[in-house]
Parts: sequence; structure tokens; C-alpha cells
Amino acid sequence: MASSSCGGGSDRQMAAQHRLSIIAGHLQRPSGSNTAILAAECKAQASKPFVSSERRTVPRRRQEIMKWNGWGYSDSKFVYNKKGQAEFTGRRYKLSGMIIPGLKDWMENTFGATLQHKTTATPALNSSAVPPPTLNEAFMEELKSTGIPFSADAEDRVFRAHGHCLHEIFALREGKIGRVPDMVVWPNCHNDVVKIVELACKHNVCLIPYGGGTSVSSALECPPEESRSIVSLDTSQMNRILWIDEKNLTAHVEAGIIGQDLENLLNESGYCTGHEPDSMEFSSLGGWVATRASGMKKNIYGNIEDLVIHIKMVTPQGVIEKSCQGPRMSTGPDIHHFIMGSEGTLGVITEVTMKIRPVPEYQKYGSVVFPNFEQGVACLREVARQRCAPASIRLMDNEQFKFGHALKPQVSSIFTSFLDGLKKFYITKFKGFDPNRLCVATLLFEGDREKVLQHEKQVYDIAAKFGGLAAGEDNGQRGYMLTFVIAYLRDLGMDYYVIGESFETSVPWDRVLDICRNVKARIVYECKDKGVQFPPLSTCRVTQTYDAGACVYFYFAFNYRGLGDPVHVYEQVEHAAREEILANGGSLSHHHGALRLSALLSGTDAVANVWPGSWRLSGHRTALRTSKHTRGSNGGLHSCAQGDGAKSSAAPEEKNQRVAAYPKSEDGPLQPAPPLGTHRA
Amino acid sequence: MASKVVYSPRDPMLKKRDDFEDVLEERRRSSDLRYALRCYTPVLYKGLTPCKASELKTMVLGSDQLHYVVNQVSRESGVSVDEVQAEASVILEEMAQRLQLSTIRFFAFTLSKVFKAMFRSICVNEEGLQRLQQVIQEHPVVLLPSHRSYMDFLLMSYILYTYDLPLPVIAAGMDFMGMKVVGEMLRMSGAFFIRRSFGGDKLYWAVFSEYVKTMLRNGFAPLEFFLEGTRSRTAKSLTPKLGLLNIAMDPFLKGEVFDVSLVPVSISYERVLEETLYARELLGVPKPKESTSGLFKARRVLSEDYGSIHVYFGPPVSVRSLAEGRVNRSQFSLVPRHIPMRPSEDVHGFVNDAAYRLVRAQEDNMVLKPWVLLASLLLQNQAAGKNQGVPLGELIQQAVWLRDLCRQFGAFLHWPDHVPPSEVVSSSLSLHSGLVRVSEDRVFLALEQGFLTAEEELLSQAVVVLSCASYRNQVLHVFLRPALLASAIHTASSSQKRKAPPPLSWLRFPLLTRVCDFEEACYLLTKSGALHVNQHEVLATERGHRTLAFLTGVLDPFLQGYQVRLVCRFLCEDATEALTERRFVPAVREFIIKHLLKGRLRYPEVLSSDLQRNALAALLRLGAVQKVQGCVCFAHLYVLHMDAFPF
Repeated sequence: MASSSCGGGSDRQMAAQHRLSIIAGHLQRPSGSNTAILAAECKAQASKPFVSSERRTVPRRRQEIMKWNGWGYSDSKFVYNKKGQAEFTGRRYKLSGMIIPGLKDWMENTFGATLQHKTTATPALNSSAVPPPTLNEAFMEELKSTGIPFSADAEDRVFRAHGHCLHEIFALREGKIGRVPDMVVWPNCHNDVVKIVELACKHNVCLIPYGGGTSVSSALECPPEESRSIVSLDTSQMNRILWIDEKNLTAHVEAGIIGQDLENLLNESGYCTGHEPDSMEFSSLGGWVATRASGMKKNIYGNIEDLVIHIKMVTPQGVIEKSCQGPRMSTGPDIHHFIMGSEGTLGVITEVTMKIRPVPEYQKYGSVVFPNFEQGVACLREVARQRCAPASIRLMDNEQFKFGHALKPQVSSIFTSFLDGLKKFYITKFKGFDPNRLCVATLLFEGDREKVLQHEKQVYDIAAKFGGLAAGEDNGQRGYMLTFVIAYLRDLGMDYYVIGESFETSVPWDRVLDICRNVKARIVYECKDKGVQFPPLSTCRVTQTYDAGACVYFYFAFNYRGLGDPVHVYEQVEHAAREEILANGGSLSHHHGALRLSALLSGTDAVANVWPGSWRLSGHRTALRTSKHTRGSNGGLHSCAQGDGAKSSAAPEEKNQRVAAYPKSEDGPLQPAPPLGTHRA
Repeated sequence: MASKVVYSPRDPMLKKRDDFEDVLEERRRSSDLRYALRCYTPVLYKGLTPCKASELKTMVLGSDQLHYVVNQVSRESGVSVDEVQAEASVILEEMAQRLQLSTIRFFAFTLSKVFKAMFRSICVNEEGLQRLQQVIQEHPVVLLPSHRSYMDFLLMSYILYTYDLPLPVIAAGMDFMGMKVVGEMLRMSGAFFIRRSFGGDKLYWAVFSEYVKTMLRNGFAPLEFFLEGTRSRTAKSLTPKLGLLNIAMDPFLKGEVFDVSLVPVSISYERVLEETLYARELLGVPKPKESTSGLFKARRVLSEDYGSIHVYFGPPVSVRSLAEGRVNRSQFSLVPRHIPMRPSEDVHGFVNDAAYRLVRAQEDNMVLKPWVLLASLLLQNQAAGKNQGVPLGELIQQAVWLRDLCRQFGAFLHWPDHVPPSEVVSSSLSLHSGLVRVSEDRVFLALEQGFLTAEEELLSQAVVVLSCASYRNQVLHVFLRPALLASAIHTASSSQKRKAPPPLSWLRFPLLTRVCDFEEACYLLTKSGALHVNQHEVLATERGHRTLAFLTGVLDPFLQGYQVRLVCRFLCEDATEALTERRFVPAVREFIIKHLLKGRLRYPEVLSSDLQRNALAALLRLGAVQKVQGCVCFAHLYVLHMDAFPF
């Protein structure tokens, strides 16, 4: 339990605990016999958590439920059973326990990956392979006195040394462990983070913020050359909803909460945020803010930048936050805009106020089949033009449609399979769609029932103009399922010599078709060029629509049998694909963040030209680093804080963006530069 | 994608070239009619959106690109949008091809008859066609044949039809439209017609470029055009024209297609149909207007023997790999793609370099016939010995020597090895009986005598010399770089009167300014044993004397013609006032005739208007001459500078 460190049972704490148990009672939570409800002092001082989560998904010891070298829960994975059929284990998902008959053939036909050729991953983490921690004794001593829990256990450290980039997981499967954090701390609240950052500054220790661990930008990689002690700051225990404001429809939440917990807890009060990135099972609120995340249903709810009202971030120079929760302000550049997308380089996000909405009354999936991808894109463009996009609309290309099809669970009745056959016959024979060219748009509508039905009709009418045929709810739902299980599928692939990853871009409408074709073709070309023995899977979907463009998501995977250094080949191909994206007028990233990419591409001036954000970001990082040596210089964040301070002294009450500085940090070593990703630059 | 290296200068001997197959052989054995009517199912581009020629027009007229320009023109000129659009439609109508299989079949039949009558063989490298077939399925293809004769594009279509490949759409000059029936027939066999100049006409340019790009993007058919823009009258490669190449590369640069494949095609004729025609043209007899009746008059050519043709389809060059690291394509993502933009400097430079590489790739695979070597030798003898003729035996011996030198330099020489050299030589001589005469075992150029005036005689002789020169020119690209070096060495050792061999840097100036050209020249000459190169200097070896002398001789007429002093002196002495460009060439010609008759100039070749134009262009480039409102005038400041010029 979180409060074990907070000791000192004062009266105040007793009272707090009492109130908490009453609230918990109201919420009718099944109270386990051994889970005592304890209020941490630090929280009680600030404000009472409105909803406190005791059923948190992620425990402090992640290894209890999560895989150490793959995606997600230990009990959930794809396996081939004794009959050679693919099966999804566990009981957590809709697909769990089901047989997926088409997957094996699909794997064979697409990749040439057969059951005979299996790789074996290192079964368990070998603690002796983990380098011993470089501990900063003085830091540890002082940390101990604050009572914040920490650990230097090998497993804990390895778990926080990686995200889910291909090369990271691949290395783990091979049992290779590089530089890992020397220590993990679990702050329990904002003030804990303040203390930790303060101590880190004082003792010249590096901090790497860790949220859900789903990063695909290498932001969690430790620079191998770093000699200082690296501490992973795991925010997973800061996972409470502190309050809900029903008048303004906002909720104030600790940044460590993971997506599904946030949604579940809000649902209990009849609300939701509507922010649903594909990783929402495991990714955290702080991570969303730090990487400028985008949710599947952004058409209704908006992306993270539209959802966030207020952010509290602890930086080496102090806490930075706005002083009000107004919906819009024009007081100079918005500080949120350098916090969002900073990917942990500038500070630790601790608390966020987000918009909330009442849980929608009605939800309906749908799908439309188009004779070809071109028609599909034209339809999406028209939907965007008329601004009538449903909560989610995605257009999968032919390969991805087949992929989704391969994931169809075994059907129970003859009737269903008969119906499926009939549908297929109607579309391919009667309507003359070429099964190798047709593509599918999946839809999700949300709102009140009447409006949903009306909206549905409008969208289907537009689709009909582009030759689209309604293809039922099932197809739609399966399309969305694909995105949630894709990461599990990657683990299966790696068992059979298939490696792959996804990347995404945003691009103006008139270039959507061109970028899809060219990037896919480039991947195929580069694979061939780099000696990949089998044709790769190179597929895309248009996954979000905007007024001026769309977000395109690429999947790319290949069978690496016969290659000496598959990860290197993979990276070369991905790099080429990114280059192709830039050459075709796409952005470097739509929502995955780009720390690693900016490092990868920093050799070209493409980054500076195409994605100024990256250039500015690296500018900040350098500034942060140098300010370590030149104390009190006007580098990076420091100058920013100073500037603000000067202004606020003139009219302190009117300042909306304020920076609280620690008095102490003036004397101590200025700050540990968050070392993320910098080693590649 | 195609190989990245179009040309590798370092190992000419290693160049692997394909074998040839004779297309006519089959035609001589089976029915032409059946051939013309056979089932024709070409492979198609995988991304092809099938459409008819008429649908293409609708697409072009409805395109954003054209709309933009139509609106712009309408705004600027005050003419209503509808009228401008109608005008665009007229332009397109005048331009567009109407590819029809029936016409193709007609041509297949008649051309079979004609080719069989005129040529001994039409040899094609089948491997090249196989490569083409593959690449056609992958990417839009642009065919870039060399242009030495009217026959070129008929021949191309004929070969593609024979090998069941898609027929190209061909960019042709508007002058063909003058031939009423034939013009329309060409149109129906895939030609589209463009005006020779339309510099300022925005609308025309928009229609034209959009039309070409639409065909390319849709993969309608391979696009064919001549990089050199027009037939080379001298058999030397012309400066490539960049306009169409620019357009052809645009869809790739703007990401509209994944790649575009450029296929250089080298067509070499043993005897060019237009040989004396070209010579006359170069001497100032204007080019006859293309007309149908003219074509019929020319039918006597059918009864003559024109030897064989070699067509070599070079390895496809991928625009993508050419542009790799050269062009930052994201520059096109900041302005909507339908707005016409002047190519930026780097794009222009890139297209220019690509064009030169492609021309070089064409040259490289040009097949050289023995006659080409004979022509070179005869011309040198002629210049040296006042038409005394060469003993046949000596000529054969020289030809064999030159054959070996050519091979060392990596030339693509088609010399039948199983036949004794004497037969090869005599067969070549008989094929070109219009240009050479053999009497008493001596070989002469067929220079006629007994004219009324010396000037007439000079001109008639110049026709023969220029015709021969056009054959010699075919081998120029092989010898050019070493010859420049040889000439430089020659000049250095004779005029400088220095004992010490000239430094490398001096030799490079001013003609081999590019390091790679200089290195190539050194390499070739060292390899053939003519030179010894160490770190600081270049030494001519004893046995290299013959080679160097020959090389110097090859270049000599050009140097004399180019001799800046010639044109300069003309400009200084005769041109008291500024000349218009059109009057420049005749005026210089008169001046040269005067000097030739007085015996001050040695080579009648310098009468070639091509040479004079090139010289003028060079002077313009050097800034010695200025162009003011279409007039040429001499920039006096440069007089001294000119004299300092080494040649």
C-alpha cells in the first residue's frame, strides 16, 4: 500500500482516514479484507481525493501481472495450441479463450512464417545479468527520511528501462540488458515529486519519469554513457481522481493514473473523458500529456491538447502551472504548449485537470466496404468536408482488411458462417468488388440514440455516393479490436521470426493517397534492398480525419529468417519509410511523440524544416544540459522562469501562468538534466 | 529499381553489353500480313487506370492544375474563364494523340515491307527489351531514344509492337502536322504534337505539361521523347533539352508516383537516310518543309541499301535513385501541388545533370560500324594529303590499329571478327559508295571537280566532307576526353617551348575542367600505353606517339573551327555593327569561304553552321559576346582576354 511510508499517525491523518472510508463506503467498493484504506498525509494536506482508487490496475511491482519482455498482461497472449490453431489465452478480453482459425494461414501466407520455425525468448529475467546499481548514498539517505518508497531491485529496474519499441523488446527477448535505472521511486503525490526533484537537484542525480511504460519513442532508454545515478520516477501510484467538478465538467486527476482506471472510475460517477488511445489499457495520463497523445474518439472529445485545462509540472527550477482554469487565455504563449510534447525532458507532470463528459447514452459500431482504397479516401474526405465524422472513422486498406479478417474468432453456428459466405458472395460476385482491392471503413457512433441513428444515415449516404456498401457492425467492431490486440500479436510474430512495428503521420488531404502508396512501396523496396528474404507486410489505414488532412497509420512487419541483424535492418527500413513520409509532405509523427525520431533524423535538415517542434525541443535539451555547468545562466527553462518572475512582480495577481521556484535550488547544483534519448542526438 | 550507376568511367573494358537479335530475319521468313494482324496483348503498368485517349483529354481539362492556370490567365487578360477554357480545349485538341491499334497494324505491315527493302538487318538487344518489359509493369516508363533520323520513332514503335510491349505516346514537333495524311496517321499511332516554341504562353505550357503528366501518372502508355529535342545533323549528341524531362520527373518529385523509369535507347544507323540532306543543311541549304508529296518523292531511297540498324535498350534508370540525396522533395509540400512553380535551383541542377548522364548513357551504347573508323581515317588523310587517296592496304592496316584502340577505350564496336579485315573494309566502302571511291587500289573521298566557280566546287566538296564527318563524329564520344588531353599536351609542348612537361593543372585548363573527365582521359591514355602519368606530370611515351597524333587529328578541325580567333577575327574585322542572330551564320559562312579559298583554313568542315553556332554559344557563355535585344555584339573589353586563350 502506498501509505506505508508516510508513518506518523497524526490526528489529522486519522480524520482523513475516517472520511475516506466513508467515501469508499458510498462508492460501494468491494473491500478486500487485507486492503486497509489509509490516507497519506501528503494528500490529506492538499485536498481530499474525490475518488480514490484502491483497485488500481498497475501495482507497484509490475512484474506481478505484466510480461517482462512483451506486451501487456502475463496471462494474455496468442499461442498456437496443440492442434496448431491460434488461440488467445487468459480471461481479460473478449477474444480471450477463443480459437482464431484464420491466423495461422494468414501468418504463413503473409510472412512465410510457419510453425516449424520458432524462436525462443529468454524465459525469465536473469537478475545476475543486470548490472549492479550506481547508487548515490547521500540521495538515498535523504530520500529514506522522506518516507517515499523506493527500490533497487533488479527486476524493478529492468521493468522501467524500456518502452515498447521493437529494438527494446527484441533485446529483452534475447536476454540482453543494457544500462538500466539504478533505482526506482514511487512518489505518492505531487509533493512527493517535488521532494524527489529537489533531492535530485541537490545530489546531482538523473531522473527519468515513468508512467505506463508504453513509450515507443525510446524516451525510457538510459544513456549508456551516463555515470551519474539514474532514478526512475514511477508515477503509477499517483493514480487518484482528486475531484470532479460537475458544474464545469472537469476532473482533477493525478497524472499517474492509467487510461482504463481513469475511464472506469469516471464511469462510476456517470462521466468519461472520451480520450481513448489504443494503448489506454496501460498508458498514463501524464504520458498522454507529455507526448501529445491522440484518442480514437477525438472527433467528439478532441485530442489531449483540447482536453487539458490545467497542468501541474515539477521542473528542476520549480513547479509550473497556470493560476486559473479559464477555458482560454491570451497571456502570451501558452505554457501548456511546451509541456505537451516535452516527453519528460522538462519536468514531471503530476496533476492534470481534464474536461469530462457524461457517459454517452448509445454506442454503435458500423462498417462500410469500398471497391478500392481511392474511393474510400474520397469518402472520408467528404465526411471531413461536411464535418460529420462519427466518433471514430477509420479506413483500412486491403491488406489490413485481410489482417482483420484473419482475426475472426471461430464462429459457433453454421448459420453465422453461412451468412458470412452470403455476404462475401454479395460483395464480390454480385457487386463485383475485387477481393484484392476492396477496403473497409470502420465506424463508431456515440451520443443519444436518435442522433446516432440520424448521424449514421448521413454517413452511410455519403459512403453510398462513393460506392460504399454498409457491411455490418461486426466488421466494425473487429476492426477496433485489431488495434487493441496488435501489440499482443507482435509478440506472437516474434515467436516465429516476424518483427514489426507501427508508425504514423499526419498529412494534407490531397496527399493521402500518394503517401500511402509511396510509403508502402518504399517499405517493400527497402526490404528487398536490405536482403529480407520474404515479402513484408506493408499496410496502412487512414485513422483520423481533420479539416485539413488526415492521420495515416502504417503497420510494417517482415519475416527476418536468414538475416544477421534483423533489428538493424528493421531500423534502416523504418528510417527510409520516415524519410519517404517527409518527402511526401507528411509529419514526423501524429501522436507517438518523436524524441527518438528527431535523433534518428537529426542528420538531415528535414527535421528543422518539417517539424520545427523537434528542433526547438532539442534546443531545450541542450539548454538544460548546459545550464548544469553554467549556473544561473539564461539557458532554457531557467530563463523562461526568470522572465515570468520579472513580469509577475509587476502585477502578481494578474499572472495566469506562474512558476513557483524553490528557494533552495539557487544554491544547489542546478538540476539533473533529464537524459532522455539524448545519447542518440 | 534500376542500377544506380549509369556510367562508370573507370573500367570501360568491363562494360558488359547484351547481344543482338535481328528483327527482320523473322519478317523475311513469315507473312507480314499475319504479323500485322496477330494477337497483340502487351504487358501493362500495374497501377494503370484503364482509359481511352478521349478520356485523357477530359481528365486534363478537368484538372486542378489547368483550372488554376485558366483562372489566372483569365484574370490577367480580362478574357472570360469560359473562353480561356475553350482555348485550352482547342490547344489540347491540336496536341493530343489518338492511339489506335488499327493504325499500328497498318504501320506494322507497311514498315515491314519498307524496312526489308532498305535495311539488311535491324538488330535489337532482347535482354534490354526484357528489362523494359519488367520495368513497364512496375513504374511509369519514359523512353529516351537518340535522334539521328526521322526513322527513329517509327522504328521504336515497330520494335515495341514486335516484342508485344505497350506502344509509346511520342512527343513530336508540330512540323509533322503539315503533312496532312501522314500527320494524322502519326497521331493515330501515338504521336502528340507540340509547338517548337511557346516560351511565354502560360496556357499552352499548362495544357501541355498536364497532358504529359496525366499520361505518365495513369500509366496510360510509356512516354517517348527525344532528349536532344531535334535530329542531330552532325551525329554528335546535342545539348539536352530539359523541358520535357522536367515534366516527366515532376510526378515523382511531387510524390504522385513512386518512381519513374527512364530508359535511354541508342539507335545507330550504318548509313543514315538523311546523310547528304544534313550536310546541305549545315552548309546553309534550308531544310525542306515536311510534306506528304516530299515523302513520296523520297521513295527512291527505297531502292538503296542502308545497311543495318542497331537499337540498344539501355538499363532503366530510376528517377528515384537519381534524386536520392540530390533533391529535397519536401520542398514541394509547402505549396499546393496544382500551382505551377518554377523549378528551384537544386531541382534545375538535378534535371540538368540527369539529362547529361542520360545522353552519355545513350552515347555509350551506340554501336559503331567499321565505316565510322574508315571515315575518321580518310578525313585525316584528306586533310593531310590534299586528296591523294590512301592505298587500300594501308587503310586496312590503319583501320585494324584503330579498331584495337577503340576497343581499349571501351567503344561499342561492331566489327565482325570472323571476317577478314579486308572484306570488312571493302564491304563498308561499297555501302558508302556515294562518299568514297576506290580506284587503282587507292581510296579517295568522292570529291567532284570541274565546277564553274571555285566557290561551288568548294561547297560540293564540303558536302562530302561533312557527310563523312558526321560518321566520324559517331566515334567522337569515345575519343573526346583523351583527345582533349592529347591536344593540350601537343599545344603545351609545341607552343610553350618548354623542356619541362606541363603541369597537370595547366593541361586541365580550360577544356577538361571537371576532375572526373580529366582522370578518365589520363586513365584511358595510360592504359593504352600512350602516356605515363605520375603525381606531378604527364609524359608522352614513345609508342604512344601514333595514338596521340591521331587523337590530336580528330580534334583538329574542331579546334580550327572553334578557334576563337576565327569567329573573333570575323567579329573584329567584318562586323562593324551588331548582327542579328539570323544573319550571323550566313555572314560568318561568307567570311570562312573567303578564307578557305585563299587557303588560310585547312578544313572545309569549319563551314558547318553547327560549329559556328556552338562557337557563338561558347563566346556568349564566356561573356566575350553579348546579346542585346536579339542582336549579337562584341564586348570589346574581352579582346585581350581572347588572345590569352590557349587555342
